Amino acid sequence: MFTDDAGKGGISAGGPGNSAGSNRRSGGDLVQLITPGGERVSHPEFDPWVQDVSDEQLGALYEDMVVIRRIDAEATALQRQGELALWPPLLGQEASQIGSARALRDDDFVFPSYRDNGVAYCRGVNPEDIVKAWRGNALAGWDPYTVNVATQQIIIGAQTLHATGYAMGIQNDGADSVAVAYFGDGATSEGDVNEALVFAASFQSPVVFFCQNNHWAISEPVRLQSHIQIADRAAGFGVPSMRVDGNDVLAVMAATRIATDRARHGGGPTFIEAVTYRMGPHTTADDPTRYRDANELEDWAAKDPIARLKSLLERKGLLTAQLETAVAAKADAVAKALRSGTINMPEPQPMDIFKHVYSTPHSPLERQQDHYSRYLASFGDPAEAATEEGAR
Amino acid sequence: MTKMTFARAINSGLRKSLENDPKVILMGEDIGALGGVFRVTDGLQKDFGKHRVVDTPLAESGIMGTAVGLAYRGYRPVVEIQFDGFIYPAFDQIVSQVAKMHYRTQGAVKMPITIRVPFGGGIGSPEHHSESPEAYFTHTSGLRVISVSNPQDAHTMIQQAIASDDPVLYFEPKRRYHDKGEVDESLDLSAALSMEKARVVTEGKDVTLLAYGPLVKTAKDAALAAADEGISIEVIDLRSLAPLDFATLEASVRKTGRLVVTHEASQTGGIGAEIAASITERCFYHLEAAPVRVTGFDVPYPYSKLEMHHLPGLDRILDGVDRALGRPNSLSGLEG
Repeated sequence: MFTDDAGKGGISAGGPGNSAGSNRRSGGDLVQLITPGGERVSHPEFDPWVQDVSDEQLGALYEDMVVIRRIDAEATALQRQGELALWPPLLGQEASQIGSARALRDDDFVFPSYRDNGVAYCRGVNPEDIVKAWRGNALAGWDPYTVNVATQQIIIGAQTLHATGYAMGIQNDGADSVAVAYFGDGATSEGDVNEALVFAASFQSPVVFFCQNNHWAISEPVRLQSHIQIADRAAGFGVPSMRVDGNDVLAVMAATRIATDRARHGGGPTFIEAVTYRMGPHTTADDPTRYRDANELEDWAAKDPIARLKSLLERKGLLTAQLETAVAAKADAVAKALRSGTINMPEPQPMDIFKHVYSTPHSPLERQQDHYSRYLASFGDPAEAATEEGAR
Repeated sequence: MTKMTFARAINSGLRKSLENDPKVILMGEDIGALGGVFRVTDGLQKDFGKHRVVDTPLAESGIMGTAVGLAYRGYRPVVEIQFDGFIYPAFDQIVSQVAKMHYRTQGAVKMPITIRVPFGGGIGSPEHHSESPEAYFTHTSGLRVISVSNPQDAHTMIQQAIASDDPVLYFEPKRRYHDKGEVDESLDLSAALSMEKARVVTEGKDVTLLAYGPLVKTAKDAALAAADEGISIEVIDLRSLAPLDFATLEASVRKTGRLVVTHEASQTGGIGAEIAASITERCFYHLEAAPVRVTGFDVPYPYSKLEMHHLPGLDRILDGVDRALGRPNSLSGLEG
């Protein structure tokens, strides 16, 4: 049950043996388990949370990251070829999305933004469903209840409140699931994100605020959004926070496990800042050369999340020809399926425009539907009429 | 039948919904221990617990956005917006999320959220406490908008709104909260008039007068006064503002040939404008005169000592009726 009594314990309400991030950290305290050179470094607080990750699982994480980068590249190409109207690349953010999504249980519920396509992939969304909205064939590509992922939110930060409300529902149901809100550094300036932190703290709701600080909100640098480290804002709400290397898949996974474990055990919300970098444009319609220094991109390329994990695998002797072949084959297959699924996607029908506005009949809308149907019929072939309408 | 105030009738309806469906959750500012600033939720937290009658932080977008999340989880949130003028911080969540979620997800995610809004003026309040923002919401596809005018409807329609799988804005006329009326609390919801139907409250033959919420009483009083002069006004309580019940409206206008619409909200782009346009389109050849709107002016809600000039009263409504009937009126000689 969620009540305002829940907050009386304050941030000390966390479960036993789970104190990570419960104290305010200084901004410089960036948690890293894999160096950019691929060296595994120890961290007493975070290591226990990923010690069970087997060699095989490391390989699977590598595969996930390669596959979503490939989905991203294929979707960008589809946009350039006119098959998608727009695409928001996640290039550079693979470790943040895979490390966090792979830390969740099936019964957890994710509230993503439009760039969290890697998260959607991990949760089981079909790649062609991921691009459906960007092709203009639907407003959203999937039924949220089949994958426990809400449709991607375009209004910046609005979904953090939805995640918090969903978490309040989990509390009332007496369940131990967790709601996870994905958003970016720009979103932290929005009122909704701040209100979500207030509600989550007051009701001690089982929600994880997963912020990918990718350094850019279209053309605005993160320093315009926050005068302090973003993770440090959480302390003002009484929400424990962590600041992790967002290009380090293990650090992200450990942080997400710490946060979800706390939430499952009645410890309330956690804020994670995954420090990463948007290596591509905001969307395919954007031109970062107008506002961004090329040197900055080079610096971050040296911290690439996939190259980093690859180096670790190499050091551990796990980067076999067999693994590389299998990963490449998987990426090729997914890309091929994405391309053919996109190109062969069934076209929506004109009268679909009227569907699902309401769940029960609405007579003025039915009248408009009837009139438009008669109008289309007056052309003889409705499909032809619709094409003409669009062309004008 | 029990005699009770308007506010008590809503309270009783909320209580029944809480009893009948464990997924119903009330959310809002000061609705718990205090029972709401108008006491509409009086006693409900004590009886149903803090997890079902939730005092929220003071943040309207937060209330609405978390209600969306609760609906996602299968709950039926009933949100109280403390005053009409405080709804705007929640506007984005209502318009971009509550209204569009069902459409966006092709029917997969339902938003059975009821948004209770005490609205309208006439109680001498400071700024932001007397507004009539309903047209912002009737303009938004995906929402249903209703307004109640009497204790029985208040009691029945709050339950119908909560039972609806679509989001409903429920506008409560705050200046009528203390009016008393007979309420049948045992009325079967399925037997009651649908919340989408208008109701003819006074039958008449000369002119159709449409009102909703606080002005239904004023319109009925106007009809009574006009009867003394031999003018027969048919008063219709719209009840539903979105969708409008055009079948009932058209039937009346086809009979009377004359239409007057009144509301407290400003005129431009308001409910009256939509009704006048639609009725003109639908029954042009039955109209004997142009539709007439008697509304609040296109001004920000004025300071309270002047509000009675802004709010349509009995005499302004009758002046509008005279215009519709072509009788001498305040604008005689001006109209071309």
